[in-house]
Amino acid sequence: MSHIWSMIGKRLALGLLTLFIVSVLIFLATELLPGDFAEEFLGQSATEETVAALRRELGLDQPMHIRYIDWLTGALQGDFGNSLSNRRPVSELIGGRFGNTLFLAAYAAAIAVPLSLALGILAALYRNSFFDRFANAAALTAISFPEFFLAYILIVWLAGAGGLFPSMANLRGDPSFGDMLYRTFLPALTMTLVVTAHMMRMTRAAIINLLASPYIEMARLKGMSPMRVVVKHALPNALAPIINVIALNLAYLITGVVLVEVVFVYPGLGQLMVDSVASRDMPVVQGVALIFAAAYVLLNLTADVLATLSNPRLVHRR
Amino acid sequence: MSSNKFMSSGVSRRGVLKGASAIGGAALLTPMGTPMARAQAMRGGTLRVGMAHGSTTDSLDPGSWENDFSIFLAHSSNNYLVEIGQDGSLIPEVAEGWEASPDARVWTFTIRSGVQYHSGRTVTAEDVVASINHHLGDDSTSAAKPILEVITEMTIDGMNVVFTLADGNADFPFVLSDYHVPILPSNNGEIDVTSTDGCGPYVIDQLEQGVGASLTRHDGYWKGDSRAHFDGVEILAIHDAAARQNALISGEVDYIDTVDLNTVHLLQRAPGMVIFPVTGNQHYGLPMDSRQAPYSDNNVRMALKYAIDREQMVDTILNGFGSVGNDHPIGPGQRYFNTELEQKSYDPDRARYYLQQSGLDSIDLEINIADAAFSGAVDAAVLFSESAAAGGINLTVSREPNDGYWSNVWMQKPFVGTYWGGRPVEDLMFTTAYAEGASWNESYWSHERFNELLVAARAELNDDLRREMYFEMQQIVSDEGSTIIPMFAAYVGAHNDTLMHGDEIATNWANDGHRMTERWWFG
Repeated sequence: MSHIWSMIGKRLALGLLTLFIVSVLIFLATELLPGDFAEEFLGQSATEETVAALRRELGLDQPMHIRYIDWLTGALQGDFGNSLSNRRPVSELIGGRFGNTLFLAAYAAAIAVPLSLALGILAALYRNSFFDRFANAAALTAISFPEFFLAYILIVWLAGAGGLFPSMANLRGDPSFGDMLYRTFLPALTMTLVVTAHMMRMTRAAIINLLASPYIEMARLKGMSPMRVVVKHALPNALAPIINVIALNLAYLITGVVLVEVVFVYPGLGQLMVDSVASRDMPVVQGVALIFAAAYVLLNLTADVLATLSNPRLVHRR
Repeated sequence: MSSNKFMSSGVSRRGVLKGASAIGGAALLTPMGTPMARAQAMRGGTLRVGMAHGSTTDSLDPGSWENDFSIFLAHSSNNYLVEIGQDGSLIPEVAEGWEASPDARVWTFTIRSGVQYHSGRTVTAEDVVASINHHLGDDSTSAAKPILEVITEMTIDGMNVVFTLADGNADFPFVLSDYHVPILPSNNGEIDVTSTDGCGPYVIDQLEQGVGASLTRHDGYWKGDSRAHFDGVEILAIHDAAARQNALISGEVDYIDTVDLNTVHLLQRAPGMVIFPVTGNQHYGLPMDSRQAPYSDNNVRMALKYAIDREQMVDTILNGFGSVGNDHPIGPGQRYFNTELEQKSYDPDRARYYLQQSGLDSIDLEINIADAAFSGAVDAAVLFSESAAAGGINLTVSREPNDGYWSNVWMQKPFVGTYWGGRPVEDLMFTTAYAEGASWNESYWSHERFNELLVAARAELNDDLRREMYFEMQQIVSDEGSTIIPMFAAYVGAHNDTLMHGDEIATNWANDGHRMTERWWFG
């Protein structure tokens, strides 16, 4: 087991390095965008004088590297700075929205992961049957539509006048947990539809790949039921690629849902990121980008650890 | 790209267009014969509003307010020295009265006593001075700085504040109604731009920028029961047009501020909906840099003005919700709107004539535009390019990214698109965007006679003389100006039929002059 811990340690250290590189890249990318914060924030009403005054006030007239080092020094001490636009601390600005994003991602994952695993296993079991083809076609259809379009379709069918669910995922007024699940059902369902195909098809492919192996044939010859062959013998060996795909999709649920947020008016990180990039609000962009990068790093790490654990040959390496 | 298109079942777009154009000019209409009860205003209920704007980067600093969410919130939680009434007249608000010197250079405003902030303190003359000073000075980043810079001195005399201006300005009270200048509590001569305190009708309980705000009625509001009839107000930022309309139809909000003009006919079919377009001073324009050839030649500018099909633009870009413009920024509802000016219309032969006057048979031009300039701007430019071809003008449309449009394209490239929310008085509009050397003189236009008239009219207290001067200025801008103004766009909002309002709706801004939380009620 000890090498797993050392792997985790090494990967976390590499992850920190990744985050550092991401922060440099994000900073440079924000700089490369035309116009700076002062110009974007003042917009059509900017005059040369007010732009200059705003730059002076926020230290934007400093050279690029000094501004980056200032930000980094603060960040290393846990202070991610204040939003340039409304001067609120970045941590406070991101905090609530990060919670919302995680909630929705977890909700969607809680539906999507079991659903796609089950569908994938059943599709492998009854491969080339009508069920297999139908499940594949449905999942591929869902993933082929842009997510905002799926969202609109769901609104037309399930919300609208006298519908079952609210068309807006409004979280204002401290709703109870059950109420939150109800109000955010449509966005969670949209996201489920978007990620299911990928996970389901990987499950199906990984299992089918193994079904040709001699040990599966052995199991069959012993007279095991097909379900037992797949679940007990094939699935454990197919876990590694499936876990990797699940991790990728979970990261997507956290980072890639701005369109769903917009359609359902859900206050998550995506809209915050878009608004901040549009106004070149560097501290907020950095904060959100680091969260997104950290989500990828951690989920990939978890996937690798789980994949290693699922393979005894890797756990008991000589 | 709206889902609603899928539900469309054969309402002819043409038919809707015709209907809409016929009524587009009216200040207020209730389609489908919805009766508008003229009940007495009643107290109660929580108004839920869906706004198309509102960004996480919004700030409480009044100098930075620029989108409708901030401005709407500002009028719900603050009061100003002066209110603009539904008919465009001045109504004393925090100032109970004012008086000008004969040359309109020294203005004395008397501050109303007993106007209470949400925190309980009352408004002082010091607060008024601090609230205005916030926008002035070298370190000011306020968008209101250019219009307030006329103030050279403010002195306090008891409850009076005396403003001394650099030049006479008969419209000075209008300047103080600007949405950037609410009266805020001050401490040591400074206002706190992180506080939500104000002296307006509603108290901000909760505000999350880019998401929404909850407000409750201010118990100590000085206007008493005559205004602010809701118990509370919820404002939500709903950026997506389809989501906004869905929210209204499914009853999750009572009012939305912007209706998607492409799907307005679908909304009209939903029961209990009231669509109300208000044609005010909001206009869309195409400024040309008058310092650069070929735009420095007025014949070329005139050729372009006759090569644009204004009627077609109002019909297609605005879906009929608006009216044609006449290349000057003064709206038909304004006091000194020039009623004698000939309306320019599409005339390719005349465009060709003006081209020949400048010694050309045909001309190749490029317009750089993005939908950030106004909604439908790129489509408008493409239409323009089609209609201009008949006049010998080959107009290439270069689509620019929305992101960074105002800093990289507008006032940088020679021929672009723009929009103006309009200003309550002629002088403010002309001074802001047409006066020589003004920061936002987007066409870099300068006209000697116009600039003389502008200064003279500003200080003129005689109404007839002023009218004459403003008429002439509109004529000059229309015939020699360097901005094509093809259309005035209506503000199109919608609400359910439980909401009631007075007979008149303000045209100075959307949402009943952004004061609907104070003026409307549930029937």
